[in-house]
Amino acid sequence: MCGIAGIINLKDPIPISTHSIGMMASCLRHRGPNEAGIYIDDWAGIAQTRLSIIDLFEGTQPIHNENKTLWIVFNGEVYNYIELRRNLVGAGHKFYTLSDTEVILHLYEDEKENCLNKLNGQFAFAIWSSVTKEIFIGRDRVGKKPLFYTTHDDQFFFASEIKAIFSNSKIDRAMDFISLNQIFTFWTTLPGRTIFKDVKELPAGSYIKLKDNKITITKYWDFSFSNPNKDSNYTIDDIAWFSKELLLDAIKIRLRADVPVGCYLSGGLDSSGITALVNKNFNNELRTFGIRFEEEAYDEGIYQKEMVSNLNVNHCEIYASNKKIGELLPDVIWHSEIPLLRLSPVPLFMLSKLVNQNGFRVVLTGEGADEVFGGYNIFKETLIRAFWAKFPNSNVRPLLLERLYPYIFKDPKSRANLKSFFKLGIDKPDDPFFSHIVRWQNTSRIKRFFSEDISDEYQNYDPYQDLKENLPQEFPKWDALSKAQYLEMKIFMSNYLLSSQGDRVAMAHSLEIRMPYLDYRLIEFMGKVPSYLKIRGLNEKFILKKVFKDILPQNILQRPKHPYRAPIRNSLLKYKLKYVEEYLSEEKIKKYNLFNPSMVTKLKDKLTQLNDASEFDSMALVGILSSQILNNIFIENFHSKLIKPITFDVIFDRRSPVETESNYQLNQIKFH
Amino acid sequence: MEQIDKLKDFVINNFLFGKNNLLEYDTDFFEKGIIDSTGILELVCFVEESFNISVQDDEIVPENFSSLTKLNEYINQKLNHISDVIKKCAV
Repeated sequence: MCGIAGIINLKDPIPISTHSIGMMASCLRHRGPNEAGIYIDDWAGIAQTRLSIIDLFEGTQPIHNENKTLWIVFNGEVYNYIELRRNLVGAGHKFYTLSDTEVILHLYEDEKENCLNKLNGQFAFAIWSSVTKEIFIGRDRVGKKPLFYTTHDDQFFFASEIKAIFSNSKIDRAMDFISLNQIFTFWTTLPGRTIFKDVKELPAGSYIKLKDNKITITKYWDFSFSNPNKDSNYTIDDIAWFSKELLLDAIKIRLRADVPVGCYLSGGLDSSGITALVNKNFNNELRTFGIRFEEEAYDEGIYQKEMVSNLNVNHCEIYASNKKIGELLPDVIWHSEIPLLRLSPVPLFMLSKLVNQNGFRVVLTGEGADEVFGGYNIFKETLIRAFWAKFPNSNVRPLLLERLYPYIFKDPKSRANLKSFFKLGIDKPDDPFFSHIVRWQNTSRIKRFFSEDISDEYQNYDPYQDLKENLPQEFPKWDALSKAQYLEMKIFMSNYLLSSQGDRVAMAHSLEIRMPYLDYRLIEFMGKVPSYLKIRGLNEKFILKKVFKDILPQNILQRPKHPYRAPIRNSLLKYKLKYVEEYLSEEKIKKYNLFNPSMVTKLKDKLTQLNDASEFDSMALVGILSSQILNNIFIENFHSKLIKPITFDVIFDRRSPVETESNYQLNQIKFH
Repeated sequence: MEQIDKLKDFVINNFLFGKNNLLEYDTDFFEKGIIDSTGILELVCFVEESFNISVQDDEIVPENFSSLTKLNEYINQKLNHISDVIKKCAV
């Protein structure tokens, strides 16, 4: 829930206006349509737009401690707030709301930054100490809730979305070409970066302390794999039982809300499992929501119908036509604030609208199961390639890849070259990026489209070296699957799935998504389970399937894995959308100078003429088009998107009288 | 235009979108990430249509399709074979 923003003076008490903070909050209205509040003094202004979910009537933010020296703005949920509150009350803290926000504040009073280790939830929050002039900003362990920041002219700016920071016109909005290079390698930026040169992201599992003009960033949590190669002391049944108990508790605490909670239902194992557990254990009048596609190859309707009938839930669905997907891409880029290589976020953007229109503010989703339990094909690909790497000349071992990617190798003509395509790096099984190098190198080919200026300037930049320098110390000791899981979770999940395909497209329509599989207790537990128990042979998510064996129909348990994707070529080129023509025109490509105009024209012509499009060509099209859109809406024409500053419902104004504005905030409740 | 340059033109236009500084006659298509598993099908179609030959599934192997030089040699062998067959029939 919610959006947060603020400005902090680093050296001198430069006047901070409610107008500036109001403009920032205004850019976050979609994240928090219910109310808005601000605290402001001579050194700091912090604000929040609220999507009310817990304590609907008293949880108005900013919230303060007993003596009003600490002030918090909070985006997200702390699911274990009831238990934490009980302890804090026992320790003598006085609460004036029933909200989880106030729990964080009092916990921070007692434990400072260590409070983060006790929070189970998804969050980004900022706590301002009006006495010590210190700000503390924390972000959840895996990066479910966003937080961006920058400094300019001795002021520190932070916000849930970059557009709020850019509402301060003095902040430079320039594209960072190193980030663009990273996106066209890893499908997203590496932790800490954004596509904009001057704006940084607080990495997941980290916090910022800012005091006396000094900003320190500290990591407090990371994914870890403690026993990947060892035999387990527990049987598979023990592990499945414990996983189920953890999952049930993760669901139980995620159903804590003062509004109804629904479920996303794709028809896959993960969301079906969550929906079934909720329906059977907690709520048998459950509402579910799903996506249907125009193109059969992408549609999972048959499985959704099976689950709906099996559980007898009240289900709604959106119909993601190719045309609609194409039309909505610019809106999605406005929310994702990063170039994309896939269109998968667009149908989810449509789905959140449907959920919102049905009066729901919260849904549970199946996100995270593939990463935590070992479900992705890239994990199995890693195991097969590691097996092949032991006998690199084997002709038989690489044939296992056919079982993994039957859709790629459905044409016998492709088969013989299978080995050539996947053999990249096969001679280096100990390379830290052994698992992902085929994918990343394939994606990197898009960089050939870069304009000469960008290619020349960044030809010596090595994104792999950058990543290597930030791997955890124990990474080399892990086995192939654990390394692959780490890279997948740290980069793709945190910075793309939970962001562009998660929070950002959900909050675009004021919807909070909650992900039980990403409860940190479950992540930490599965991090201790030996790898050979996660994927048995080529049977992925072996433990999770055991958890659901008596709960889900056989058709769902045994169905082949269906990657969630959205059609690209037919969505973007078939309907001759005006904006697509414009952004891919030679004139616009030349103007932004990100890509080579003649290469882009050749790509577009090729895709228009062919009946089918390759993975690479499709990815290149989305990457180029979305970069062009982003350049236009955030760099060239940003101000046309801006609206008036928000009208705050609550103001705590502690500025020295001389600096208080007189003609602002007429209809608001004001406190001193 | 020589046969091998016709192939080169196709690969540059279709897979490198006109970027011509990445491809030499002996450049390995797979090692250099020029052609992927889907791309190979486009290349086979082009070879069949342009040179009027029929490519058998078991001929689509890296020994024939991983560089311009290898592909050129493969096409020559196929064309020579066809020409031999025609000569024999004529006799």
